[in-house]
Amino acid sequence: MAEDTKPTADPEPAAEDLSPADGGPTAAERFINGILPENPVYRQLLGMCPVLAVTGGMKSAVTMAAATGFVLICSNVIVSLIRGLLKPHLRILVFTLTIATFVTIADRTLAAFLYQMSKTLGPYVPLIIVNCLIISRCEICASKQSVGVAFFDALGMALGFLLALSSLATVRELLGSGTWFDMTVLPAGWPDWGVMILPPGAFLTLGLLLGLCEWVGQIREARAKRSS
Amino acid sequence: METVINLIQIAIGAALINNFVLHYFVGICPFLGVSRKVDTAFGMGCAVTFVISVAATLNWTLTYFILRPGAPLPAWIWKMVGGDSATTLDLSVLSYIMYIFVIASSVQFVEMYVRKFFPPLYKSFGVFLPLITTNCAILFGCLEILKHLQDPTALWGLHEALALAIGGGIGFTIAISMMAGIREELDMCDVPKSLRGAGIALITAGIMAMAFMGFAGVDRGVQQAVTFLMK
Repeated sequence: MAEDTKPTADPEPAAEDLSPADGGPTAAERFINGILPENPVYRQLLGMCPVLAVTGGMKSAVTMAAATGFVLICSNVIVSLIRGLLKPHLRILVFTLTIATFVTIADRTLAAFLYQMSKTLGPYVPLIIVNCLIISRCEICASKQSVGVAFFDALGMALGFLLALSSLATVRELLGSGTWFDMTVLPAGWPDWGVMILPPGAFLTLGLLLGLCEWVGQIREARAKRSS
Repeated sequence: METVINLIQIAIGAALINNFVLHYFVGICPFLGVSRKVDTAFGMGCAVTFVISVAATLNWTLTYFILRPGAPLPAWIWKMVGGDSATTLDLSVLSYIMYIFVIASSVQFVEMYVRKFFPPLYKSFGVFLPLITTNCAILFGCLEILKHLQDPTALWGLHEALALAIGGGIGFTIAISMMAGIREELDMCDVPKSLRGAGIALITAGIMAMAFMGFAGVDRGVQQAVTFLMK
């Protein structure tokens, strides 16, 4: 049911509303999409900065995923609610300011209740503001579809982001300190691969994991082509 | 002389030792996206350096006079409305929102200026100039400056903030140009199919990061050398 989204005096047309009835993706499709098929890190290559920075340990990775998920869901919902009022040339600024507000809330909450973790995550919590993932979801989904669809899109993307962060953090933490969630997993004789915790390890791990995902994708494509 | 050594230390620290891209992981998106050709990469680096200097200047002024704990403007307004002089006003909860607003506006103004006075340059940038708004490096530079504006006894002046900003921008330019040079060579190599594109770029960045780790301690070495030569 397309809504009347622009006042007649507005010279620039507002963005079209993509309701499921018009052929836009449904809430369930958006949700499933975000987890693996359009995974924000492994498929869309968005939001790489926190992925590389906070994945030294599982704890910080999961906290960052939670914070990003909170900001993503809240901004998607708010942007979807105000999508009728957005002027096209100012919409990126409006998205950014909304995201900045929620990031301030998340950052202050973290500093208040999880102070040590807030210190560990450091400047990467405010850098959620410029996380391309959130702005792109606002632009692609929330500014065009209803609140329910936007909510499930954000939820799916947040779970996909959590998946990506956890996979990277697991590899780095296991190889770098032999622990997982700060519980010792590998035997004491394991020589910690210090490079995994340092910046080079982050780049190398992400590059190799990306290659792995591409390889799996290519095998599946080849298999689908052979069977069709 | 002390100030100059301090500024050089800050600049070298931001450019080489704590390189924005290879140590702090900010600005990865343009680092992977624009680093195909050395020309575009160098242009992007220069644009980022320029925008980060403009944004750092504006945000330093904003923070120093309005947002930090004990800033003069809110204190003056507080006195005007008859508040007591014992309370220190701290508006730093507004920092993130104000910073991103200032950065977005300055990128918009830089884009308008470049479009008006350097049209060929504007055309060669294409869509990348507005994308600098979401460049983590700029916001990160401003946040680093904010870190040094918290302690009232050791506040950073505009010169130190600019040293960090310009040093960070130069470091970004160095990293992205090196990456572009390497990728131009990689285009002619036999890269495994699954690693082509972002995969091999990230592995290359990892090896570059390892190389840049060798710069640790350079700033102290420079400081000791200069102090020794001054004696």
